[in-house]
Amino acid sequence: MTEIFGIPVAVILGQLTLGLVNGSFYAMLSLGLAVIFGLMGVVNFAHGAFYALGAFAALLGLQWLGVNYWAALVLSPLAVGLLGILVERLFLRQLYKLDPLYGLLMTFGLALVIEGSLHQFFGASGRSYPVPAALGGVINLGFMILPIYRAWVIVVSIAVCFTTWFVIERTRLGATLRAATENAPLLQAFGVNVPLLVVATYGGGVALAALAGVLSAPVILVTSQMGSSLVIIVFAVVVIGGMGSILGAIVSGLALGVVEGFTKVIYPEASNIVVFVIMALVLILRPAGLFGKA
Amino acid sequence: MKLKTLAIGLAAVFATMAGAQAALAAADEVVIGDIDDLSGNYADVAGAGAVEAMKMAIADFGGTVLGRKIVTLVADHQNKPDIGASKFREWADQNGLNVLLGGSNTGVNIAMAKVAAAKKVPFFVIGAGGASLTNEDCTAYTVHYVYDTTALANGTATTIVQNGGKTWFYLTADYAFGTQLQNAASKVVEANGGKTVGAVRVPLAASDFSSFLLQAQASGAQVLALANAGEDFSNSLKAANEFGITKKMKPAALLAFINNIDSLGLQTAQGLYLTTGWYWDLNAETRAFGKRYFEKMKKEPTMDHAGYYSATTSYLKAVKSAGTTDSDKVMAELKKIKINDMFAKGGYIRADGVMIHDMYVMQVKTPQESKYPWDYYKVLKVMKGEEAFGPITGACPLAPK
Repeated sequence: MTEIFGIPVAVILGQLTLGLVNGSFYAMLSLGLAVIFGLMGVVNFAHGAFYALGAFAALLGLQWLGVNYWAALVLSPLAVGLLGILVERLFLRQLYKLDPLYGLLMTFGLALVIEGSLHQFFGASGRSYPVPAALGGVINLGFMILPIYRAWVIVVSIAVCFTTWFVIERTRLGATLRAATENAPLLQAFGVNVPLLVVATYGGGVALAALAGVLSAPVILVTSQMGSSLVIIVFAVVVIGGMGSILGAIVSGLALGVVEGFTKVIYPEASNIVVFVIMALVLILRPAGLFGKA
Repeated sequence: MKLKTLAIGLAAVFATMAGAQAALAAADEVVIGDIDDLSGNYADVAGAGAVEAMKMAIADFGGTVLGRKIVTLVADHQNKPDIGASKFREWADQNGLNVLLGGSNTGVNIAMAKVAAAKKVPFFVIGAGGASLTNEDCTAYTVHYVYDTTALANGTATTIVQNGGKTWFYLTADYAFGTQLQNAASKVVEANGGKTVGAVRVPLAASDFSSFLLQAQASGAQVLALANAGEDFSNSLKAANEFGITKKMKPAALLAFINNIDSLGLQTAQGLYLTTGWYWDLNAETRAFGKRYFEKMKKEPTMDHAGYYSATTSYLKAVKSAGTTDSDKVMAELKKIKINDMFAKGGYIRADGVMIHDMYVMQVKTPQESKYPWDYYKVLKVMKGEEAFGPITGACPLAPK
């Protein structure tokens, strides 16, 4: 078998594919964070908790109401997005005039409350969410066997990321949103309802986290803590990509998934810290992040 | 200046009062502590259910011993050795702690064993598996009650090698427990004519196992040995199924609890070999305990839950027959008595601290074989305690070979 640096090509291609699957989750989660930070200046520490809520909404919808996977893909982000809107109206709105640290503390506390409540009601043992029948089975890529569901995750994630990027960077709505972050009072003077934009942004960002949660439910066990370890990595991804940069979040999310995948082959013990090592290097060499504007 | 003197004076008064109170508590109460993972990865293996089991045992004992009220203290170690050890030290110094039950996590339990030795407090390890707790990390006050890595390996690894699984690849949790489990298993595998062909050390609480599983598959080994626990075990087995790896490799759970099987579902877990110290559906006594526990917790108990009940009872019995809570006298009594209850028959505590009792090699039932809720295991083999836990190794200075 052909080898590159002593690693068989089949292994490299396999890890590349799996890295893209994990990177898809990183990209979708960091995208939501980047949108919320870029447009609102809020460091949303509750992102991981909303991700877990998305997965739980899908699971409970299936168990209690018989809502299938396809409906959950729409309904769960919608429900969690509405909750996000409530959070913005009730709490976050009070904090915009204060130091951004207060928003961070508030969302961190909120994450603890959400995860603690899920833990209280549903315990620590995870629950299984079945892979939808239409996406069951595997495809043989020649170099590896890939479950169809994982391929689906990559497809959905790239579609969602591209759409979000397009809306924000290339449409009139996006232009208005960006204008709101530059100079909100002026935009308001033009008759644009800025508070509505802000609340929609938070709801949308949170819905993205919930969508990632629904997508991940059939892949890993649904637990209250499923977002808490992920959110730290995702923050590192956002910092590497450049705080608030949409494209940076997407590209570095996918890329770091792949880097992590290779670390799992070369030096598995370091696979959970490699992202942070890269973050440290980026902060030293390019403090604004790879795609950030200094 | 005056204010400062006053403050110091007040502090001194409070300190004396606190001291007096602690001493008072110790005089008319027997204090049983439990330090466990109450909020993390292992919270359902022992956790709140274990606290309930401990309280059931105390209630069944009558709530008092030697005319003293039995009280409990509970803390969450959050899987951090420093928190576990400092809480234990605090209780021993200030709350008159008489005995500690240690929940999950070998790393934390090793740290707590050092406190047990320093403070001379009997310490029952329930949820942690590392056999080092009764070998190089042993103390005169440690009792390893439910299972250890040696017994798990002797059960599961021997059975699989004897059934033809000769070449092994390990997916190992990268901390004390995982490496001890892998070492114990590979020794057993090699002693039975099998071979280790590879291993990968996976960071604790990884979010994705597929990369590691592909490495396992590429090794060409016959057996995929999961030397991990809790959610890590469940997620790795789930992914192994999804990637079709379990069709070619035989999965071996070096440690699985019944709540893991419940969350995975029999469809995913069927056919899995595992070793357990107790199962709720073994006989009338175990079923009776299972039923009582189920009424409170709405799920069947794990071996740790049964172990918490049994260990609490054993300690209280030893206190009663020793007529004192003096640690050395209670430990001497504990090492004399036979443990006969729903958890163990003819169990006894060896010089190195291992509680020798029967272990069960199980296979997870198929969905067709399972007839009622929580009907998950069939017993393949009952291992006698001496066979399961093996001979004294000599690594513990208290128990020469």
